[in-house]
Amino acid sequence: MDTQSKIEIAGLRKQFGDLVVLKDINLSVDEGQVVALIGPSGSGKSTLLRCINLLVTPNGGQVRVGADSFAFGPGTKLPGTRALANFRAGTGMVFQHFNLFPHMTALGNVMEAPVTVRGKSKAAAREHALALLAKVGLADKVDEYPSRLSGGQKQRVAIARALAMEPDVMLFDEATSALDPELVGEVLGVMQKLASEGMTMVIVTHEIAFAREVADRVIFMRDGVVVEEGPARQVIDAPSEAATQAFLGHFHRGGAAQPVTGAAS
Amino acid sequence: MYQWDFAFLWSYRWLFLNGLGVTVGFTVAIVGFGLVAGLAAALAKLSAFAPLRWLAHAYIEVFRCTPVLVQLVWFYYALPIMSGIEISAITASILALSLYGGSFYAEIIRGGIVSIDPGQPEAAAALGMTPFQAMRRIILPQALKRMVPPLMNQSIIQFKNTSLVSVLAVPDLLYQGQIAAHDSYRPLEVYSAVAVAYFLLLFPLTIIVRQGEKKLSTSD
Repeated sequence: MDTQSKIEIAGLRKQFGDLVVLKDINLSVDEGQVVALIGPSGSGKSTLLRCINLLVTPNGGQVRVGADSFAFGPGTKLPGTRALANFRAGTGMVFQHFNLFPHMTALGNVMEAPVTVRGKSKAAAREHALALLAKVGLADKVDEYPSRLSGGQKQRVAIARALAMEPDVMLFDEATSALDPELVGEVLGVMQKLASEGMTMVIVTHEIAFAREVADRVIFMRDGVVVEEGPARQVIDAPSEAATQAFLGHFHRGGAAQPVTGAAS
Repeated sequence: MYQWDFAFLWSYRWLFLNGLGVTVGFTVAIVGFGLVAGLAAALAKLSAFAPLRWLAHAYIEVFRCTPVLVQLVWFYYALPIMSGIEISAITASILALSLYGGSFYAEIIRGGIVSIDPGQPEAAAALGMTPFQAMRRIILPQALKRMVPPLMNQSIIQFKNTSLVSVLAVPDLLYQGQIAAHDSYRPLEVYSAVAVAYFLLLFPLTIIVRQGEKKLSTSD
């Protein structure tokens, strides 16, 4: 496998029962690159994202993030819980429904994994967490419980929580799909800031304008295969495959050309 | 017409207090051990390791589907003969009542755990937590909140079940009541007093449980 890239997926297969959701997926993401996965519901893009941090165990193929590599398929041993936990600690994930821990404050959410997983001191974790919450614009909400936050605020706490583990890679699973339209912009703003700082990111999104603006590469998936991939503007403005053209045709033509700030409106 | 006379009960006050102490002590012990057994059985039933699941399932069903009085008598008379180990009435009582309560606690605890949104363990795993860490830090604290009212209810039932140990001559409140009844020839007054004593202890507890439920339903 290519050792230059940050993420390398080769020959990835996944099926749930008889349903094949991923067929022979190959994907490579360079350090600092932002890759957007787009495609219709059920195309397998969320499953692919969950295979990158092994929240979903593939049936075959190889997954590598940084120096950690796992092979799947007949004859290979599944990684143990300890190895899996170590591996996942190095990748951050942001979920569609936030999945904040409701019994902890915003600060508690962000401090939790560094203290529990990395054994960081509470004082150091607290300091780092406060800085991260300030970075996502929530310095005044650190002591609030999730139930008192808006969707956009929850998702920004979730981003800070993932960043607290100082991950090499951030995975975003439809991070704005559950948000009211007026709250999408604040989350996309944080994501764009991360991208500009050089974070390696894989984003499953329906925000085509955002993907065009922020992603380096766009991958269009349908029925468990990669139909088309290439530079973001090329794939979105001038798709070569009929399936990509049909999918992108569902989005407003004008929207795709607008800058990111327009995506929030 | 029967002439009720409660005044003589005062002379048995130390006997009753003694029995009450044994009853409360038994309750604390069987609630404590029962919760441990219940938590272990609940986690075993949720385990990925099938034999552990079957074992927990067998334990829960055996103890839920046989009368607790039968279990009590069986543990005292049959178990020592089967195992060859002599056990006292107190040990047999604690063992039987704890395991009986544990089978009900197990289902309450398991229900609480599975009621937690699967996104919670998923988020914990994505942060690099082991399943054990996720259970301890994320799932159990949330599940516990939902489990408390039914666990309290079951514990009140456990409190009342301690009266059964009197059949093994363990000197609890009811057993001491029997002694007093035989001694005074006034069983009607004695058993009335025993019933009132149980009620006075349990009724405030049920109020606490109900208020706890109300508080939980208004939060989150």
